[in-house]
Amino acid sequence: MVDGAEELEPVAIPIAAVQGEVWRRLRANPGAIVGLVIVLLYVAAALLASALAPYDPAEGDVLARLQAPSAQHLLGTDELGRDILSRLAYGARISLTIQAAAVVLALAIGVAWGLVAGYFGGWVDDLSMRLIDVQLAFPSILLAIAIVAVLGGGLPNVIAAVGIASVPQFARLVRGVVLELRKVEYVAAARALGESDLSVMVRYVLPGTLAPVIVLGSLRMATVLLAASGLNFLGLGVQPPSPEWGAMLSNARDYMFAAPHVTTAPGLAITLVAIGFNLLGDGLRDALDPRMRG
Amino acid sequence: MLRYTLRRLVLFVPVLVGVSLVSFGLLHLIPGDPATILAGVESRPEELQAVRHEFGLDLPLPVQYGRYVARALQGDLGISVHTREPVAATVVGRMRFSALLTVLSLTLAVVIGVSAGVLAALRHNSWLDSVIMLLALIGVSLPSFWLGLLLLLVFAGMLHVLPAGGSGGAQHLVLPVVVLGLAGAPVIARLTRAAMLEVLGQDYIRTLRAHGLPEVVVVCRHGLRNALNPVITVVGLQFGLLLAGAVIVETVFALPGIGRLMITAVFARDYPVIQGGMMLIAVAVVLVNLATDLTYAWVNPRIRGERA
Repeated sequence: MVDGAEELEPVAIPIAAVQGEVWRRLRANPGAIVGLVIVLLYVAAALLASALAPYDPAEGDVLARLQAPSAQHLLGTDELGRDILSRLAYGARISLTIQAAAVVLALAIGVAWGLVAGYFGGWVDDLSMRLIDVQLAFPSILLAIAIVAVLGGGLPNVIAAVGIASVPQFARLVRGVVLELRKVEYVAAARALGESDLSVMVRYVLPGTLAPVIVLGSLRMATVLLAASGLNFLGLGVQPPSPEWGAMLSNARDYMFAAPHVTTAPGLAITLVAIGFNLLGDGLRDALDPRMRG
Repeated sequence: MLRYTLRRLVLFVPVLVGVSLVSFGLLHLIPGDPATILAGVESRPEELQAVRHEFGLDLPLPVQYGRYVARALQGDLGISVHTREPVAATVVGRMRFSALLTVLSLTLAVVIGVSAGVLAALRHNSWLDSVIMLLALIGVSLPSFWLGLLLLLVFAGMLHVLPAGGSGGAQHLVLPVVVLGLAGAPVIARLTRAAMLEVLGQDYIRTLRAHGLPEVVVVCRHGLRNALNPVITVVGLQFGLLLAGAVIVETVFALPGIGRLMITAVFARDYPVIQGGMMLIAVAVVLVNLATDLTYAWVNPRIRGERA
């Protein structure tokens, strides 16, 4: 649950030149394939939740409360007699929504920020890096707590909280790549030919940041899932009876000594999905650029 | 070294100003009238006026900020709207506990992380290396609140050897420290392994081995000492991350730390406590990062000239 595990070397790679090569390297890496399979299963579960779930996730059966896993309820039932498997499937939907929205938010702000800071340099760069320093002084969960304290709980605010907390990572990474790219000849040539700054940034610099941003994006999907489910566990985000996995665990605390299975399934789901995105991210890093290999 | 230290200290000031602006601004970012937020929606007009006066909300914003900083510098972070106690005393008292928890966990994380990383590097590409890296992967993917619940289930629920929560003796700290320590160890292990692999591949190590130095001396005195340089930076960063992780762990184990105080304050809408807690945690993180940078420069003279 510790954030910031992904310190990436800022290396620019021309992605279009190596697409086939990347796929070949990714396929040759068993870890990456396991990660990819987990991620695909997770996305499928989220998309097909209504078809896959054997029961209504909100409908409880009072006569079947806290039942251990059985043929009727593969993962057992919770304190209200709701089917845990069905809740997990619908929970995947909520988690994936949070992850995708938060990472896109962080990516959009962070990439623009890093691009501008790295491209213009000078006082623009100094100022943006000091702002990042300030943001990094607040550990991400704390920042998220502050944002929830200001905006209140609920799904959109959880997305905003974990998304904004991820901005510095993207900004720093992109800035590093851009500093490297500024020295590259084709960028210097485009500037010398009198292209506008915006055009040089978008047409020549931005594509070079794509590969490292994809890698960081995949790794952040894991971090964001852990952070968001943590907030929901603390009761600051999505509230029960929502089948969000963190919220499910928060509920399960009161019954876990009587029925341990209620804590196993949601926790295992979070861990597996995080492992999937971490494996995929590591695999992508190795495939996109062997130089970045840790 | 003195010049480097001074330069770092100068850079430290704008970050502190930023931190104070953020925690000051928190109350004013909330939609609505700050006085109503502090006093509650059902307050009568004269009560609101009193709160406005008490918290200086009737003054212009820059003046309010100036007062906030001036008071903070004197150790006055205002009064909790909930308990009516001074915020500074409360947050500092709770911070003591969280700092203890964090330092103990960080120690455990470093011990596990460094030894696992060194072992993996020494047995590079062996099954041991793979197992350690797999555990590191699971470690970074494991939500600490779930690990906490599982350990509670086993050690408090089934084996009855450790308390299920609360504070008091050392036995109350065992599980929280294990959970946080395991959360911090994987990153340190990965980095130690990478740094160690790089150092062990260098020419001088080969020369030392060729000279017939015992492997223990080569690895510990010459290898590890150089490999630990980058690890110092990451340990500093981990302090902030583990302090943040403490927020969750303190909730799972019902511990009286600053994290649980903040969560309670969010639910109680006790904004002075949230502001004070944020400020104190941020200042602690910045100070530890500063100390880390200085230590890094001290053991690594090359850095002093380059990095500002």
